[in-house]
Amino acid sequence: MVQQSPAGANIHTRHHRTGALRGQDTLLGVDGVTLQYPSGSDLVTATWRVSFNVHHMDRYILLGPSGCGKSSLLKAVAGFIQPAEGVIRLREAVVQKPGPDRMMVFQEFDQLFPWRTVLENVMFPMTARKSWSFRDRRDRALSSIDKVGLAQFADSYPHQLSGGMKQRAAIARAMAMEPDVLLMDEPFAALDALTRRRLQDELLKLWDDLRFTMLFVTHAIDEATRIGSRILVLSPHPGQVRAELACPDHWGATERRALEQQITEMLLETPEASDGQR
Amino acid sequence: MGSAENTTRPDLIVERIDKPGVALLKARLPLWQRMLRHDGSRRALLIIAMAVCWEIYGRSIDNDLVLPTLSAVLNALFKSVAEGVMPARVWNSMAMLLEGYAIGVALAIFITTLAITTKLGDDLLTTLTAMLNPLPAIALLPLALLWFGLGNASMLFVVAHSILWPLALNIHAGYQGVSETLRMAGRNPGLKPIPYVARVLFPAALPSVISGLKVSWAFGWRTLIAAELVFGASSSGGGIGWFISAKRNDLEIPDVFAGLLVIVLIGLAMEGLVFRELERRTVRRWGMLRDR
Repeated sequence: MVQQSPAGANIHTRHHRTGALRGQDTLLGVDGVTLQYPSGSDLVTATWRVSFNVHHMDRYILLGPSGCGKSSLLKAVAGFIQPAEGVIRLREAVVQKPGPDRMMVFQEFDQLFPWRTVLENVMFPMTARKSWSFRDRRDRALSSIDKVGLAQFADSYPHQLSGGMKQRAAIARAMAMEPDVLLMDEPFAALDALTRRRLQDELLKLWDDLRFTMLFVTHAIDEATRIGSRILVLSPHPGQVRAELACPDHWGATERRALEQQITEMLLETPEASDGQR
Repeated sequence: MGSAENTTRPDLIVERIDKPGVALLKARLPLWQRMLRHDGSRRALLIIAMAVCWEIYGRSIDNDLVLPTLSAVLNALFKSVAEGVMPARVWNSMAMLLEGYAIGVALAIFITTLAITTKLGDDLLTTLTAMLNPLPAIALLPLALLWFGLGNASMLFVVAHSILWPLALNIHAGYQGVSETLRMAGRNPGLKPIPYVARVLFPAALPSVISGLKVSWAFGWRTLIAAELVFGASSSGGGIGWFISAKRNDLEIPDVFAGLLVIVLIGLAMEGLVFRELERRTVRRWGMLRDR
């Protein structure tokens, strides 16, 4: 399946191998980031001095209950919001605005442009890649669409697709850009349980093939331990780091369940009072 | 009792599921149902019904000065078309309207782009539309005549004015209604403001843009006809409004109705051919506008 468009696939692996050669150095550094946003006449603090480092090929999970600012953190990394305090660095460069090196997959099904077919959607961000020719863009887009299993639907419009297929297309769009980090904002949360499970497995298989780096936001503990290689647990109101835990690939079901249990207890022991403040 | 029964029931496992095959072949609806499902034929039926009512009522009152019959109006219409008067009048009005429309649309796109990219532009648009939108374009005609003289320019000014503000309001509302997700997905690759508006906001707001185009088309027509009624013929010869006003002075009422009928027919043609086709090729095809 992957071999159908070798050009695109090769570039993917080559790109990520250079990353691997650098070893486990930090790719994305979030350093003391406080995020605030205005709500009416108040200023709400979403996260408070959060720091963490994402390494090459990490499947880094931001996990926490609603109100812990995990989505805000992801949007700050994407460059959609500016930190009130602290810095975010990608390959040593300070993140200031959105860019094609950080492609995002959103939770909502309406993230695809309805006036573009799947292929055109996947090709949309490629205008930022000036060095790629039209042929090149098309080939890469098709190979990416093929990898998520949507080859038959390349010429369909988004309203003709199911929710799971839309999310696959969004993942293809983000991956085709070969970003430094793939940002995923609860991409499977709006899907039914069966489709979610299938897409989680597909994502892991894709990672096995391509070894990209991803920053994945979720509130589901089982999803975190299934997908993640490293899990950052955040406490709510405002979001602060509670723990950073490893979840090695070789772990079996028992270890993962133990980790889930540990995280559940960690999140439950957060005092109720802080939750009731708002 | 129920639970006891449940426990004794054996599990059912279907090992092989047969596809329904021929049973799901498409069946065709009968002709009259297909006709009723076709928008055009349904609407044509409605128009014919209204025409028949008109004819019957016109004959019953039998007074051409109040309400001429449809057949008298059609007769007058055919005569004026055959003489070449009506086509010339229609052409004069259409040319003026299209020119004013182009100016109004261009200005509306410019000002809404400014409004969505800068805060100052947003304030400007909000204030200007609040001030100028309620101002009847026809009230500006005396001023326009002073500024631009007795030529086409005055007409163009009032027509463009009547088109600009409602369209700008619609486009702006459309831009503001674009979902946050779509905005972020568009900004993600780092688009500059103008390409961002052109490639993301504008197509995303197209349903509003098209409804604005329809509304402002009607506004432009009304203003143009009213201006022609008030102002009469310009240097290049009058339009439909002028035709109506002249025929009224001569008490040729069927011709007055013929003029009105032509405006209605042009409106129907615009809606049925231009706007409908535009919607079919864009927002309907993209699933942004449902059929009903």
